[in-house]
Amino acid sequence: MEKYINQGSKDTRSGFGEGLTELGRTNKEVVALCADLTGSLKMEVFAKENPNRFFQTGIAEANMIGLAAGLATGGKIPYTGTFANFSTGRVYDQIRQSVAYSNKNVKICASHAGITLGEDGATHQILEDIGLMKMLPGMTVINTCDFNQTKLATTGISNFDGPVYLRFGRPKVPNFTSVTDGFNIGKGILLKEGLDVTIVATGHLVWESLEASTELEKKGISVEVINIHTIKPLDEDIILESVSKTGCLVSAEEHNIFGGLGESISRLITTKFPSPQEFIGTRDTFGESGTPSDLMNKYGLNSTSITKSVIDVLKRKR
Amino acid sequence: MSITLHLLKMNTDLKNLVIQIRRDILRMVHNVNSGHPGGSLGCVEFFVTLYKRILNIGSDQINKDVFILSNGHISPVYYSILARTGHFDINELNTFRKIDSRLQGHPTNHDGLPGVNISSGSLGQGLSVGIGVALSKKLNNDDSIVYVLTGDGELQEGQNWEAFMFAAAKNVDNIIVTVDLNGQQIDGSTKDVLDIGNLNLKLESFGWEVLEIKDGNSLDEIYKVISNAKEKTFKGKPIVVLMKTVMGNGVDFMMHTHDWHGKAPNDEQLEIALSQNPETIGDY
Repeated sequence: MEKYINQGSKDTRSGFGEGLTELGRTNKEVVALCADLTGSLKMEVFAKENPNRFFQTGIAEANMIGLAAGLATGGKIPYTGTFANFSTGRVYDQIRQSVAYSNKNVKICASHAGITLGEDGATHQILEDIGLMKMLPGMTVINTCDFNQTKLATTGISNFDGPVYLRFGRPKVPNFTSVTDGFNIGKGILLKEGLDVTIVATGHLVWESLEASTELEKKGISVEVINIHTIKPLDEDIILESVSKTGCLVSAEEHNIFGGLGESISRLITTKFPSPQEFIGTRDTFGESGTPSDLMNKYGLNSTSITKSVIDVLKRKR
Repeated sequence: MSITLHLLKMNTDLKNLVIQIRRDILRMVHNVNSGHPGGSLGCVEFFVTLYKRILNIGSDQINKDVFILSNGHISPVYYSILARTGHFDINELNTFRKIDSRLQGHPTNHDGLPGVNISSGSLGQGLSVGIGVALSKKLNNDDSIVYVLTGDGELQEGQNWEAFMFAAAKNVDNIIVTVDLNGQQIDGSTKDVLDIGNLNLKLESFGWEVLEIKDGNSLDEIYKVISNAKEKTFKGKPIVVLMKTVMGNGVDFMMHTHDWHGKAPNDEQLEIALSQNPETIGDY
């Protein structure tokens, strides 16, 4: 199996920006909206190249979601851009009624997700957004792990007719997936084959899981690593196939353990193949100010914590 | 037929339709002992004028006017006009608010009901949606118009003011928003609950072209003012029409009160209400 190496750290939001730029050049039905965070979302090139198809809404996210629903009603493919916090909780009812229940082809693109937004603190971080979005009937929920995958996801979702929540982050993180991987909504990616334990990770925790697996291999533990970019609909087959081989599992995400990927997996394996599971995620807490790496370390969202959880889950394996 | 005779016939037809729609509204809400007759009855003349004389909604998908209902609770009048303008069979009105129906308590496109573009009911969202549709029309170089109806109490929702600000700042001039000023909301009069103040001045200062319909239950005046509003489209400013209506119009005991905002008449009340509006073109 291919060995994944860091091709050079980049931020996932720049992957979004590049994907959107490409869409601007290739798909005339794509329009973009932003609530005063064009620079943070890396939407400047699209805005500059497509002034008629870019809508600066000002600091008015509720209106932005409504406008997007209307643009979709008129046949356009709107991409909205703001921080994950302001993309979800702030506009939940607008998304629920005007987008999800109305089945509008709106792509809600959310940067600065999770805790790695860093120094701005808990008001701007969000660790609840995956839960909020996955509970909406008909909503597709995607959380990408690196620059390449975010770019592929950004262009890929334009070919899918329906509401999508696309979640990515602020900091520079290892860019390790291949541009030739392609992007299939709802398909997990087997990054590394192993026999003793399965790690299923999403977003920034995918790289940390690969790092953990390298450490664990040194201890003689054979680890399978699965990259889940689509949290809903979940690729049940890839998870069940893996856990039926390894017999135990660790889920890892930059999100509250309540409502995240881990819970979706737990529901799946409880009904289909009951197996011990450990959860990497925040423990029902708000974030705080700090550097991204200090925060990831404090809240146990790193390879060290994943390694420890693997050892714990192996003890419970029958 | 002479022009005068033709106009006379049209007026009679429209008045007959108004009365028939009132009957539909009353019978629909009575049938399931729920729904919102007051605001529905107040807007019958508006819907009849809009769908029979204003909207260009032919089979041609391009350059088609679009209507967005923001105050979704007045679904009875919306469903009735849609059925009676051929969007679906009038007998489907009998399924209103029942299990497995496309005619949900509040309107939605979720179940594929023809003529409905979006879900509404949670208030304050339709204006933004309408402006979004208007933007898509501009991108398509489509010269048709987007019409939106909102309630007055609904303007207490902040999202409307984000939308009012946006449309004026971005010169969205292919939209005509009508505000149903019936002065009532669930807890009482809009003045008592949360006074909206001078809406005319507010919207003018927000950069909108403001027109008024003094009698929003007059077919003639609605047509005159909306036609005037159409003349003002594509001139750089969004247009809003402030339309004073009487809640419960056409049923004497339902008029001038908020009591019938969300309450259905009982058997006896239905009979009295229907007797004030004798059948014209035929009940569903």
